[in-house]
Amino acid sequence: MSFPILTVATFLPLAGAIWILFIDKKKEEKIKQIALVTSIGAFIMSLPLYFNFNLTTHEFQFVENIPWIKEFGISYHVGIDGISLFLFLLTSFLTCIAILASWTIKERIKEYMISMLVLATGMLGVFISLDLFLFYVFWELMLIPMYLLIGVWGGPRRIYATIKFFIYTMAGSVLMLLAILAIHTLNYKETGEHTFDLLKMYDLDIPMGTQFWLFLAFFFAFAIKVPMFPFHTWLPDAHVEAPTAGSVILAGVLLKMGTYGFIRFSLPLFPYASHQFVPFIAWLALIGIIYGALVAMVQEDLKKLIAYSSVSHLGFVMLGIFVFNIQGLEGSILQMVNHGLSTGALFLLVGMIYERRHTRMIADFGGLAKQIPIFAVFFMIVTLSSIGLPGLNGFVGEFLVLLGTFKSNVLNATFATTGVVLSACYMLWMFQRVMFNKLSNKKNQNMADINSREWAIILPIVILIFWIGIYPKPIISRLDSSVNHLLTRVDEKYKTTLNKVTKDKEKLALKEDNVWK
Amino acid sequence: MEITVPPFDIKSIAPIILVTITGIVVLITDVFLKKLPKETLGYFSFLAVLITGVIISSQLGTTVYSFSNTFVVDDFSIFFNFIFLISTAIVILMSVTYLRQEGINYGEYYTLILFATVGMMLMAGGADLITIFLGLEIMSISLYVLAGFRRDRLDSNEASLKYFLLGAFSTCFLLYGIALLYGATGTTNINEIGTFITNNHAYSNPMIIMGTCLLIIGFGFKTASVPFHKWAPDVYQGAPTSVTAFMSAGPKAAAFAVFLRVFLVSLPGLETKWSVILWVMSVLTMTVGNVVAITQTNIKRMLAYSSIAHAGYVLMAIVTASSLGTASILFYLLVYVFMNLGAFAVIMVLGKKGKENLQIDDYSGLGYKHPVLAITMSIFMFSLAGIPPFAGFMGKFYIFSSAIKSGYIVLAIIGVINSVISVYYYLRVTVVMYMKQPVREFAPLSLSPFIILALIITIWGTIHLGIFPSRIIEFAQESVLLP
Repeated sequence: MSFPILTVATFLPLAGAIWILFIDKKKEEKIKQIALVTSIGAFIMSLPLYFNFNLTTHEFQFVENIPWIKEFGISYHVGIDGISLFLFLLTSFLTCIAILASWTIKERIKEYMISMLVLATGMLGVFISLDLFLFYVFWELMLIPMYLLIGVWGGPRRIYATIKFFIYTMAGSVLMLLAILAIHTLNYKETGEHTFDLLKMYDLDIPMGTQFWLFLAFFFAFAIKVPMFPFHTWLPDAHVEAPTAGSVILAGVLLKMGTYGFIRFSLPLFPYASHQFVPFIAWLALIGIIYGALVAMVQEDLKKLIAYSSVSHLGFVMLGIFVFNIQGLEGSILQMVNHGLSTGALFLLVGMIYERRHTRMIADFGGLAKQIPIFAVFFMIVTLSSIGLPGLNGFVGEFLVLLGTFKSNVLNATFATTGVVLSACYMLWMFQRVMFNKLSNKKNQNMADINSREWAIILPIVILIFWIGIYPKPIISRLDSSVNHLLTRVDEKYKTTLNKVTKDKEKLALKEDNVWK
Repeated sequence: MEITVPPFDIKSIAPIILVTITGIVVLITDVFLKKLPKETLGYFSFLAVLITGVIISSQLGTTVYSFSNTFVVDDFSIFFNFIFLISTAIVILMSVTYLRQEGINYGEYYTLILFATVGMMLMAGGADLITIFLGLEIMSISLYVLAGFRRDRLDSNEASLKYFLLGAFSTCFLLYGIALLYGATGTTNINEIGTFITNNHAYSNPMIIMGTCLLIIGFGFKTASVPFHKWAPDVYQGAPTSVTAFMSAGPKAAAFAVFLRVFLVSLPGLETKWSVILWVMSVLTMTVGNVVAITQTNIKRMLAYSSIAHAGYVLMAIVTASSLGTASILFYLLVYVFMNLGAFAVIMVLGKKGKENLQIDDYSGLGYKHPVLAITMSIFMFSLAGIPPFAGFMGKFYIFSSAIKSGYIVLAIIGVINSVISVYYYLRVTVVMYMKQPVREFAPLSLSPFIILALIITIWGTIHLGIFPSRIIEFAQESVLLP
C-alpha cells in the first residue's frame, strides 16, 4: 500500500492537539509553536496532492479504503478529486494562517490551540470523506471545537451566538443523517449490500418522489451551513462574536462545506430533484446576493459588514452550482477558494486593527491610510479582490459564474450582476470611510503599522490572490475532468429519470385514452 | 396429586446464586465484624461482581431453559447481565467514598445493590411472567430502600415513599395484566402464551389486549416512560446520587429487557396493536423528557428528564419490533450505562459533605479550575447529546437506522428533532463550565482511586464504543431474540 498521505495530512493536527494536551499550560510559547508546526506540517503534507495530481482522470485519487464498522458496511474511505483538492489545500493553508493570527490570544492558549487543531482535522476530513457515515462524523466533529472557539474566546454576546450556531447547524445535519440512513436503506433493498460508500450510492437509481424528500433533507443541512437566505441569521452573530481566527476559519472554510456538500452529494445523488429545485434555489441565491449586499451596505460594524458580504458572495457560488454547466460549476468552485482567501484576509485585517484599537465600528476610524500606509495597501488589495477587480482572484470566479448563469438564464444573470455592482458600493464606501478622509480621531494617531508576524500572515494570501487572478490555469485544469465527469453523470441520470417519468405519463395517458375508447 | 420437583439446574442460575450469597455474606459480615471498615465490603462486592461476570461469559452461546421452562439462559439475557454487572460494578466503585462522605456508610448498602442486581438478572432471564414478576419485585424493593438510604434527609425519605407508593401501584397493574393473560391463555409461560396466541389466532381477544395494555402500564412505569414518568424526577433528585446513578442505568435496562422479551416473544401477533401505543408513548416520552429538561436548574433533575428522553429513543426501537431494533437497544443501553454513570460520577466528585453542588450554576468556571474533570464531563454531555465521535452518537445512529429500515420515518424525524432539542440543555452544562466565570471557590475534589477508576472505565467505554463499536455491535446482533 502506498503512503497514506491524506490520512497523515488530516490527522496530523489531531496528533498535535493530543501532544499539546500533555504539555503544561504555562508553557505558552511551546504550545503555540507545536500548534504552528503541526499545522504547517499538515499543509506541507497536502502539497504533494497538488503536484502529483493526475489531470487526466476524473477518478478519486490518493484513495484509502479500510473497513471500519463492518456490521453496517461503514468504511474509512477517503480520496480527493479536482473538486475537493483545492478546498483541502485551502483548509490546511488557512489553518496555518489562523494559528499564526492567534498569537495574540492571551487566555487559555492550551485549550484554544487544541480546539483549533481538532477543528482542522474535522474540516480536512469532511473534504476527503467518500463514505457517507464518515462524512457525517467529520461534519459533526468540527462543531464542538468551533462552538468552543466562539463561546470561550468570543465577544460579549458569545454565548448566544455560539448556541445559535450550534443548534442551527445541528438541526440541519440531523435531517441529513436521516437522509443518509434512508439512502443506505434504499441501496440495501436494491443491491442487498450494507454500505455507506458514496461511490456505490452514485450508481443508485432513486425513485423520483423519494429524491424530492431526500434532497430537501440534505438541502437543509447544506443551506444552513452556506448560509443561504433565509437560513443565514446565525452567521452575522457568529462572525461578530468569534475571535479573529474563528471568523477566518468560519468564513474561509466552514461556509464552503455547505456548497461543497451540494456539489458532492446533492447533485450526483439526486439529479432529478436538483433540476426540479433549480428555480427555487436560484431565486434564494439571488435574494441572498442582493439582500446580503444591501444589508452589508448599512452595517456600522466592520465584521458584520464582511459577514453579510459573505451571504452575498455565497449566493454567487450557489447560483453557479445550479446552472449545470461547466463554466458555472468551475466558477463556483473557484469562487469558494477565492472567497476563502479574500474574506479570510479581510477578517484578518479587521482583526489587526481591532487589536490596536479595540473597536470595529467604522465611525471610529477614518484617515488610517496616512497613519498605517502598508496596512492600507494590503487592505486595498484584498478589498478589490473581494469586489472582483480583473487581475485579482475574485474576478475569475465571478466572471465564470456569471458566464455560466448567462448561458442558462439571462434574467438571473442580470440580477446577479447587480450584486457585483453593489459589492463595489459597500466595499469601496467602507474603505473610504475607514482609510481616507481626515485622521480626525485622536486615538487613531498612534496606531502602529503592521509588524513582521502580520506580514507573514497576510503576504501569502495576497500572493495567492494575485496568482489566481493572473494565472488561474493550473487550478482550472485540475478541475476540468472532475467537473466534466460530474456534469455528465448528473445529466445522464437526470435524463434516465426524466425518460421514466415521461414514459409513466404516456402510459397513464394511454390508459386514460383506452378508458375513453 | 403428585408433585414433581423440577430438575434443579444449578449451572444456569450459578451467577444469580453467587451474587445472592455475596449479598448475604456482606450483610452478615457487617453485623458480626463491626470494626471492619465498610470499604472492605465494597471491594468484596466489587470482586464478586467481577467473578460473576467471568462465570457468565462461560455461558455464552448456549440457550438453556431450566426450572420447568421458567428461566432461560440465552445470549439475550447474557448481554443484559453484562449490562447489569458493569453498571453495578461501576456504581460500587463510585459509592465507596461517597457513602463515607455523606455519612451513610452502612454495609446494607452493598447488600441492597447486590440484591437489586439479582432481581435484574432474574428479570432478564425470566421466561415466565411469574419469574419476571419475582425479579421485578426483588429489584424494586431493594431500590425503594436504597432511595431512602439517606434517612436523616427529608427529600430522600420523600423519594423513597413516593417511589414505593407509585411503584406498588404500578405493580398492581402489571399483576393484573399477567392475570388477564393467564386467564385468556391458561399459562404464564411467555413462549406458551406466544404459541397459544398464534395457534388460536387470538389476536383480538379482549382479555389479551387488555392484559397487554396493563403490561405496558407496568413496564412503562419501570422504564419511566411518559405518561408514567412523574415519579422519576423527584426520586432521582431525592435519592443519594450513587443510587440515582444506579437507578438510571441497570434497573432501567432490566425493565427494557422484560419489555422486549414479553412483547417480542409472547405477543408478536399483536404487534400492530401495541406498536401504535408504543409509538405514541415513544414520541411523548422523548418530547416531554427533552422539553422539560431544558428548564431544569438542578443537574440531577436534568439528568432525570434526560433519562426519560433516552427511554423514548429506546421505545422507538421497540416499536420497530425487528431484530435490528433489538440489537440497537442492546447496544444503546450498554452505551447509556457508560455515559450516564460517568456523568453521575463527575457530579459525585464535585460534591462534598453537606454541600453537594447540584445546581448547574455551581459548575461555573469548572473548565479553568479543574480542566481534566471538565473535559470528562463535556465528553459525557456531548455523548448524551449524540454527537460523534462518542458512543452516544453510535447508539442513536443505530436506533434511528433501525427505525428508518423498518419504515418508521416520521418517528425517526421526531427523534432527531428531539435530539437537537436535547443538545440545548447538554450544551448548557459545557457553557457554564467553560464560558462563565467561577462564582465561588471550588472545594477540593472528593477524589479517590476508586472513583477515578470508575471515571476511567466510563470514559473509555464512551470513547471506545464510539470509535470502534464493531465487536459490541456484532455481539448485540448475535444476542437478539428474533431470528
